[in-house]
Amino acid sequence: MQFAPRDDQAFHGQFTFKNSAHAIKRFPFPFPEDEYRYSVNIEPHALPGKSGSITEHMLDIDEHYLSETAERARVLDSDPKRCLVMPHMQPAAWDFLEFVMTYYARDYPESFSFERQGDDCHWRNHLLGLEQSFRMGDDTTLPMAPLDYIGRQVQGDIALLDQRDGDLFMDAGMITCPADWSLAFDAGMSFSQWHGPVPLAHEMGIFERALKYLCAIQVGGPVHRLNWTMTIHPRMDSSPETFSEWGSDRATITPDNAGRDVHLRVELQTLVRMPRSHALFFGIRTYLINLDDLCTNPVWQSRLLKVLHTLPPELIEYKGLTRYLPSVLEWLERREAGVGASQAEKQSA
Amino acid sequence: MSRFMKARIAAVGQISTTVRRLTLVPAESGQSFTPFSPGSHIVLGIPGEGRTCRNAYSLISAPDDSSQYCIAVRRQPLSRGGSEAIHSRIKVGDVLEMSAPANLFLPQWQARHHLMLAGGIGITPFLSYLPELERRGASWELHLRSQDLDAVRFPEAAAHVASGGITQYRLERPNLAALLSRQPAGTHVYICGPQGMIDAVHAAAAALHWSSARVHHEVFAAPAPGMPFTAVARNSGVEVAVEADESLLEALERSGVETTSLCRGGVCGQCRVELLDGEAEHRDAFLNDQERASQRCIMPCVSRARSASLVLDL
Ligand code: FES
Repeated sequence: MQFAPRDDQAFHGQFTFKNSAHAIKRFPFPFPEDEYRYSVNIEPHALPGKSGSITEHMLDIDEHYLSETAERARVLDSDPKRCLVMPHMQPAAWDFLEFVMTYYARDYPESFSFERQGDDCHWRNHLLGLEQSFRMGDDTTLPMAPLDYIGRQVQGDIALLDQRDGDLFMDAGMITCPADWSLAFDAGMSFSQWHGPVPLAHEMGIFERALKYLCAIQVGGPVHRLNWTMTIHPRMDSSPETFSEWGSDRATITPDNAGRDVHLRVELQTLVRMPRSHALFFGIRTYLINLDDLCTNPVWQSRLLKVLHTLPPELIEYKGLTRYLPSVLEWLERREAGVGASQAEKQSA
Repeated sequence: MSRFMKARIAAVGQISTTVRRLTLVPAESGQSFTPFSPGSHIVLGIPGEGRTCRNAYSLISAPDDSSQYCIAVRRQPLSRGGSEAIHSRIKVGDVLEMSAPANLFLPQWQARHHLMLAGGIGITPFLSYLPELERRGASWELHLRSQDLDAVRFPEAAAHVASGGITQYRLERPNLAALLSRQPAGTHVYICGPQGMIDAVHAAAAALHWSSARVHHEVFAAPAPGMPFTAVARNSGVEVAVEADESLLEALERSGVETTSLCRGGVCGQCRVELLDGEAEHRDAFLNDQERASQRCIMPCVSRARSASLVLDL
């Protein structure tokens, strides 16, 4: 197995989350060049992707699987509205369940198995110790509604988009680790409505183009893109509902603690057409890394510094970085200078 | 076109003198097709003289049956070769190239009532609607106007003709104004048939102040192909023939010309190249009107040539 899931990490309280050296190595560093540019960075999710990378399989699982599913259960228990399925999305929820079981079992056979005789199914999740017989499409044969059942076993957030009138609508999902957005708020909204607040992108016509492209995604042609922001502490659930718990963290960052507390948060967003319902699955797999760990890679360190220097002010504001970006820059500059100095020492020695 | 699989003809049936029904199964035993959504079509590669003809056909079988796909093909009087070959040459056991199902004509599940209007062979996309509408307990009616096609001959439709769900018209036309005005609020209407019929229904709905969002018609994906042309990558000194069914980008890659690309669907802007000579047929969603009109650049992942050749700054 590529990963050894651990269940001892918390995404709240003492924040015991930590990346192993392996996880750092495969972290999806999102900046292809030194300058940050707004673009439609969508590409085909061609399978299998590079061995060991986060896009090797249809759905990526890593060492944080147990911790993240535990965190998801904790959030759902305190706020069941994080899972929502409008009545017309029931078939899409079943579609999604079948999709997850099929790919998890195919790509991680040590951890999952999925047997099927017609509509009679048997599912085993060895990581969570779950076993379930059920009839595909029959709600009464599962302990809970299909999206609720499978969503709790998935690493990463889930949105199921209904497509009509050439637009996409957020009509179902399970969102427990959003970067400052909310399913309850966005539910039922169209693509352009829920992207309403993104600055610059509208003027550039990016959404119009992206929407056309997304509506044309067909079965067998999944795509993906990376998105990024920053988060204080390894906090998965930074939703507006819990703002009171995390909003003030932004004021705690100094050039001394930035390396430990500031995390780059990268989302692997995957879009896959569900075959039976034609719903579009919008998967958001979140990867967190603190700057200390990120900057063990010197290339990433200097590129991050350059990118942050070229961020347009609207984006700094939109991504919520305004308060602590100066501290991050100072921390990075100090470190760059340090690395530079030690290299110079080595050279003169 | 990507995502091809192989399908074997398992059965051929005659629906009318001009319509054949084909049953396709996976070419290799033990495999199954993907399930599909109602209204989906596949693109079938039909070998003809010198070239393969790629036609889109609606799937008419039940969407949750992944053991087989069924299609119905009308013999076209002005066939480019595809329908003619299906009617005269294709036989049980033949193996054909087939695309994964794609859907550009999906039922609107929030509709209170589904009104389907078909002209002749236009009944085909609705045949895969029926099992799913029934399964969901949705309210629906289907009207078929055809001089020579009887819905009873389709196994997928026979029971619904008997029960009155399908109304048929021979020489007369349905009275659209009357039909639409007796629909409950929240009805969505779907049309698949000749252009005249599509226009007539849109006009009748507009006259009754229906929102256009409640009127839908089938648009087949013109399966990407276009006219073949020659591409010249001037800096690399490469000249390559772009076939009808491959993209300019694919042709350049095939001949080893360095290109960048990301989305391969005309949205990201990565593959943009300067056009030094020739006229582009723009199919992308990236360039703005001014850039298109200038004919100074092209997105090779989707766009093609209107002229016999294109000279690129590559
Ligand atoms: S590769 Fe994205 S526009 Fe051509």
